[in-house]
Amino acid sequence: MAYLDYKVAQIPTGWRKILHISWPLVLLVTAVCCIGFVMLYSVAGGRLDLWAEPQMYRFAVGMVLMIGLAFVPMWFWRGISVAAYVVCFLMLVAVDLFGVIGMGARRWIDLGPIRIQPSELMKIALVLLLAAYYDWLDIRRVSRPLWVIIPALLILAPTGLVLIQPDLGTSIMLVAGGAIVMFAAGVSLWYFAIIAGAGVGLVTAVLKSRGTEWQLLKDYQYRRIDTFLDPYADPLGAGYNIIQSQIAFGSGGWSGRGFMQGSQSRLNFLPEKHTDFIFTVLAEEFGFVGAISLLTLYMLILGFCLYSALSNRDRFASLITIGISGTFFLYFAINMATVMGLLPAKGSPLPLVSYGGTSLMILMLGFGLVQSAHVHRPR
Amino acid sequence: MKKSPREIQDSSRMITRRGLMLGGIQIATAGALAMQMRSMQLDHAEEFRMLADGNSIKIRLLPPARGLILDRNGIVIAGNEQNYRVTLTREEAGGDVEPILRRLAQIIPLSDARIEELLEEFSRRSAITPIVLADRLSWEQFSAIAVNAPSLPGVTPESALSRAYPRRGDFAHVMGYVGPVSDFDLSRIEQPDPVLRLPDFQLGKIGVEGRLEEILRGKAGARRVEVNSTGREMRELSRQEGEQGATLQLTVDAALQNYAAQRLGEESAAAVVMDCETGELAAICSSPSFDPNLFVRGISSRDYRALMDHDHRPLADKTVQGVYPPGSTFKMVVLMAGLEAGVVNAGTRFFCPGYTELGGRRFHCWRRGGHGSVDAVKGLEESCDVYYYELAQRVGIDRIAEMARKFGLGVRHDLPMSAVAEGIAPDREWKMRRHGQPWQIGDSLNASIGQGYVLSSPLQLAVMTARIASGRAVEPRLIRAIDGVRQPVPDWPELEGVSANTLRVTRLGMDAVMYGNRGTARASRIIRDEWRIAGKTGTSQVRNITAAERARGVISNDQLPWNRRDHALFVAYAPFEAPKYAISLVVEHGGGGSTAAAPLARDILLFALNGGLPPLDAVPSEQRAAMEARHQAMDLFIPEPPRNARTRV
Repeated sequence: MAYLDYKVAQIPTGWRKILHISWPLVLLVTAVCCIGFVMLYSVAGGRLDLWAEPQMYRFAVGMVLMIGLAFVPMWFWRGISVAAYVVCFLMLVAVDLFGVIGMGARRWIDLGPIRIQPSELMKIALVLLLAAYYDWLDIRRVSRPLWVIIPALLILAPTGLVLIQPDLGTSIMLVAGGAIVMFAAGVSLWYFAIIAGAGVGLVTAVLKSRGTEWQLLKDYQYRRIDTFLDPYADPLGAGYNIIQSQIAFGSGGWSGRGFMQGSQSRLNFLPEKHTDFIFTVLAEEFGFVGAISLLTLYMLILGFCLYSALSNRDRFASLITIGISGTFFLYFAINMATVMGLLPAKGSPLPLVSYGGTSLMILMLGFGLVQSAHVHRPR
Repeated sequence: MKKSPREIQDSSRMITRRGLMLGGIQIATAGALAMQMRSMQLDHAEEFRMLADGNSIKIRLLPPARGLILDRNGIVIAGNEQNYRVTLTREEAGGDVEPILRRLAQIIPLSDARIEELLEEFSRRSAITPIVLADRLSWEQFSAIAVNAPSLPGVTPESALSRAYPRRGDFAHVMGYVGPVSDFDLSRIEQPDPVLRLPDFQLGKIGVEGRLEEILRGKAGARRVEVNSTGREMRELSRQEGEQGATLQLTVDAALQNYAAQRLGEESAAAVVMDCETGELAAICSSPSFDPNLFVRGISSRDYRALMDHDHRPLADKTVQGVYPPGSTFKMVVLMAGLEAGVVNAGTRFFCPGYTELGGRRFHCWRRGGHGSVDAVKGLEESCDVYYYELAQRVGIDRIAEMARKFGLGVRHDLPMSAVAEGIAPDREWKMRRHGQPWQIGDSLNASIGQGYVLSSPLQLAVMTARIASGRAVEPRLIRAIDGVRQPVPDWPELEGVSANTLRVTRLGMDAVMYGNRGTARASRIIRDEWRIAGKTGTSQVRNITAAERARGVISNDQLPWNRRDHALFVAYAPFEAPKYAISLVVEHGGGGSTAAAPLARDILLFALNGGLPPLDAVPSEQRAAMEARHQAMDLFIPEPPRNARTRV
């Protein structure tokens, strides 16, 4: 420690930055990903090549991306925040106009070899822009109505575009991610209370509007709500997934049914077991011990991020870290709550564990930003 | 924009406060998640575990092997054989089954039409349902498919047990056959055994297979298997084998049955050979027959129509279902009724002028010229009808019917075969009940020569003959042993109300039929003393002789179309001194009993007595050449020395 104490009086430069990366965070992220590889191997019935191997390559690329981003100085992020937001916004418009349709919605832009899901990138870009906005804004004006409306519009514009794809889940994530940054920046709690009240009103309106001419959601979204409220009403139809997931989850017991021994997942009673329901497989095969362990790892990641954010005197960097870790939190909390039947099924991946390139890359990009903020914190 | 240190401090304090609030919210949320995990995985784990097992563990029935049916010497007459077949599951084939079918067609014969049919079926059925492509493959074809399995994804060679009748047509009517369980079958059974709902399960339909289904079926085993969400089996957890059905040993002799079937040849005929002492049926043969294996496989409509349209009715079991006017074979019953009633004794004579006149109607004797003075023995020997016309008038129909029932006519015998006929031994009460008319004396005269209302099956005639031979109330028996346990042979009681003298006179009359100078079946006698035979011929009309026909004179049978000719009947037993076997034989529309039925019955009886082909020296010398030629033309079943009769397949 003596060496570091001596040298960190100022922001490190060049290759020395590598010493200031938060290695515990790297280790935790790697540990969570490794749990993911094990589960992907299990749900593939002992096959490496199906999901685990491609995921490992992506993780390797993601790791390089994260370490690389850690070297990028803060002024760069501040500089591109507006441009990144505008580019993502234009891509969202493009998706709505010429996007590729998949799973009943327009979400992707096809760029030859890669497919980009701009709504995912927007999650990062929005956090960047709002952080830059509140960094720039005089702290005394933060709660003034005019200066609250601007970030609110910045959040709602892309949210609207995502909502018409339609992708309710990502819309909610965007609003929540933006709200977290605004909350951390110190916007008056009254605004949040008002929004919460409006939310309750909106939910009431949504439920009341069903079947009338001004119905606010699509029929399938209403059915999801029904399923959530009473999955056993239609156990072989809409409620099937959630019932099977709960059965698998509960049957894990204290220590689980053993690696690759989960009857529910191995016998295909579980849907989407390599993506949305991978946490169920973990809970079935490794039981309460496995589930609580993963939750603990996630909370440790959050803890490191929060510690880094609070100890950082750069307002921009703190807000970025809080925004990204908050989004990360929403990701896993929503997924876990969904598979346990606490939230309506809406198809969200478990961060760092579920199979899927876009999600993993966006998360690694996010943690790259967190590392960058950590490395370049003012001393 | 430069910030003042104070501003930075404010900002920092604000972020710290809000960050800690966020952290608090996150920890609270994580706590809620952990509580839910605890509730599901620790507090309610048992309930969920039960649900999970209920999801994935299914009980699958293992069809039991059907019980074997053996002949009296342990020769298999209904067994089980491996049926090799191939099935294809579309899901495992990767969706497109046509190229796989084309490749398979190079290994086993699969016509283009059959492939079209299968493709149609695949498009209708679910992707995980295995569909049978071909069955009853040879072992060579079966192994060729197994070897080529890598190029035939989804194709599974399977083997299952299927019923087989190695004796083919010989026992078709006794055994009946098994076939796939139909909805109709299920509707008739209360609380059907779940094993009946297995695809391809075979149920006994008629005959012994149908009547003794319960003991032949056995008990299903069960496998506990793990299935996936689409119901496909993933692995077997435990297995309890089923119990094979009981092995049934019948009283019939496969070699004798085979000989009888060949001796009856193409005739529409029936023969029943019965053990006079035990009642065991040694042969029970209806001709022509059919191959019951056709029904097991599912008979083609063309084959079925051929069987239905055949004028000799191969599907009908003439031995127990068929009823015929017994003709003169009924005369023993009438004689015994007369002797027991005391209206005649052995020496009482009647004069036969060739007819009896009654109420302005003439009842003819078969011999137009008449028999002259006839006593009891001569009445049987020459089968004089007038003797019985006279007798019947004196005895009355009720006593005749009573005697008939005593000898097993007009009584349904309890055999595990389908539609065992009751026949008719008519009396006054019966006619009033059945036709609403009083009995006429003419009815008695017709009945006395086994015509009119009297109907009996070949089985009943065999029982009658066995009872005359033994003097005991023997009942026919078909089951010798179940699972190696011999069924006890009852000590048959002596016939009540039939004196030894009555039986003696009747037997002497039957002896005279064979050996008397004018005996009607003299040509069919056995010339070995130890096998001395006693019998009676019968010829029964199947039509009414019209006045026009009578005016033209007697028409010989040869001039009539086949289905209007008389039935030929013959009953006999041997040896005379210590009766062993009784036989009855009916040749439908065969003509005279002495020429069409007696020689066949004599030969079959000889086979039974000899335990093999009839020795030539047992028949009159002029018949030996023909008999030898007949033997050479036969393709006889010669049983191998029986292996352990309880060997199970």
